[in-house]
Amino acid sequence: MSRSDGQRSAIRVRGLVKLYGDICALDGIDLEAERGTVLAVLGPNGAGKTTAVRVLTTLLRPDAGSATVIGHDVVDDAPALRAEIGLAGQYAAVDENLTGIENLVMVGRLYGRHRREARRRADELLGRFGLTDAGERIVKTYSGGMRRRLDLAAALVADPPVVFLDEPTTGLDPRSRLEVWETIEGLVADGTTVLLTTQYLDEADRLADRIVVIDRGRVIAGGTADELKERVGGLRVEVHLTDVSQAHDAAAVLAPMSDERPTVEDAKVCVRVSRETGTIMEAARRLDQAGIDADDLAVRRPTLDDVFLTLTGRELSEHESGEHELEEVPA
Amino acid sequence: MTRFVPDTLVLAERNLVRLPRSPDLLIGFTIQPVMFVLLFAFVFGGAISTPGFDYVDFLIPGIIVQNTAFGGFVTALGLAEDLTKGLIDRFRSLPTSRASVLAGRTLADVVTNSISIVILVATGLIIGFSFGTGPLEIVAGFALMILFGYAFSWIFALIGMSVSSPEAANGIGFTLIFPITFISSAFVPVDSMPAPLEKFAEVNPITIVVDAMRALWLGVPAGNNVWGAVVWCLVLIAIFAPLAVRKYRLTAGG
Repeated sequence: MSRSDGQRSAIRVRGLVKLYGDICALDGIDLEAERGTVLAVLGPNGAGKTTAVRVLTTLLRPDAGSATVIGHDVVDDAPALRAEIGLAGQYAAVDENLTGIENLVMVGRLYGRHRREARRRADELLGRFGLTDAGERIVKTYSGGMRRRLDLAAALVADPPVVFLDEPTTGLDPRSRLEVWETIEGLVADGTTVLLTTQYLDEADRLADRIVVIDRGRVIAGGTADELKERVGGLRVEVHLTDVSQAHDAAAVLAPMSDERPTVEDAKVCVRVSRETGTIMEAARRLDQAGIDADDLAVRRPTLDDVFLTLTGRELSEHESGEHELEEVPA
Repeated sequence: MTRFVPDTLVLAERNLVRLPRSPDLLIGFTIQPVMFVLLFAFVFGGAISTPGFDYVDFLIPGIIVQNTAFGGFVTALGLAEDLTKGLIDRFRSLPTSRASVLAGRTLADVVTNSISIVILVATGLIIGFSFGTGPLEIVAGFALMILFGYAFSWIFALIGMSVSSPEAANGIGFTLIFPITFISSAFVPVDSMPAPLEKFAEVNPITIVVDAMRALWLGVPAGNNVWGAVVWCLVLIAIFAPLAVRKYRLTAGG
């Protein structure tokens, strides 16, 4: 099998371009995922995440560039590639009029398994996803979270070395989200390579070994969650003063805590710091000695929201309004 | 291509297993045809003159042809639904034979069409229809209907792959199939129609198929109708099956 070819990359994408008429959904993106890791593709609606997944799962033909999964080219070796991947989509692609078991057995048989083997695997997966009791029920009766788990199970029927999850938790309630996260963590523990797309920063932060931020069809940043946060600046102390007129005094008092000059924005003063321990105490002491009152004093860690804002000048959350809107309509 | 047959069977099985769970579709190919037979036989039947035939004898082959033409509807609806719900994406991401999704659909239609045809014949027999030919011709008539239904399933497969929603499939299917089945010899003798319609009805391939059925089941002189009908079905399959499969590949992106 091609797994033993010694290649470390499970997914390798170079200069991928996909056009929908005049619209450039992917404008030359590069992606790389090592085996057994999670790559999160993070971006707002319409950034090109779904298009990238569709190209990598052979559902769309790229217009330029190359992409391989486990060494198989998405265009030239599509049939071989399909045997090595699992896909779970944005909307749960399971047959509502079949039972959970029937869905998984059907998928197993379409992977070329015999009925009995497919059934054994279906039972195993239902157990793993907490759906054993619901296995004989028609999917119509399932909750959204159950459907998503069944969809995920369907992606794993053939135990593929690479799994693509397109916004696996969009539209799920917090409890179902957590269940899906735990499932994905379990997968990775078993050595599966996962590429997931998400517009949730906490999701990328929790699950991903590497994060690629894409916007308008381009990769705008990449790295570990920590590396991305580092680019926005590390830890900082944030002080909200009671009296706006003391802002500059406060900045002067706090300045020795950092190599960089504090920033002042109305009654808010920010100072970059290198360590967390003792920072709040020191800031409080300095302000107190200067007779400056503060309403709030905190050490802030940058979030991926900050990353997106820094990289694009736009808030990520402003894109999240159209939650149920599909990202790109398949051509 | 070696996967084509097993994959097609798996998908046909899927389509049949889910069918009894959609009551609307189930009604569509069981109760609805019976209703049409009863309406035509008892509401229009007295007013339509079919020299040389009881109207029920005239009607049954015609209405079976019409009903079978619509049988592939399940394919159009099902494909449109699978497209909108993302199931086609799932199938396409699997190492599954490309043509099997459509072939599985049309194969399942063969089963549902057969059930419909049996129900229609039974209804006909109850209200006075009688075969005027031997067992061989009767079986040949069933076989022709199954072939004819299969050909129309491929037309519906193309429609299902071409529209944006199950509702649109519904609209296009009806607008297309209704006139061509009505402007034929299915329900009335074509010479009763106004001249332009009569011209159309005479060359309408549906007329050829209906006349072939009357030849096989009633013993009306067949002329070239039976062979004409078979050739016509084969031509339809030869045109629409490749078109539908091509559309499937393109719609889903390659």
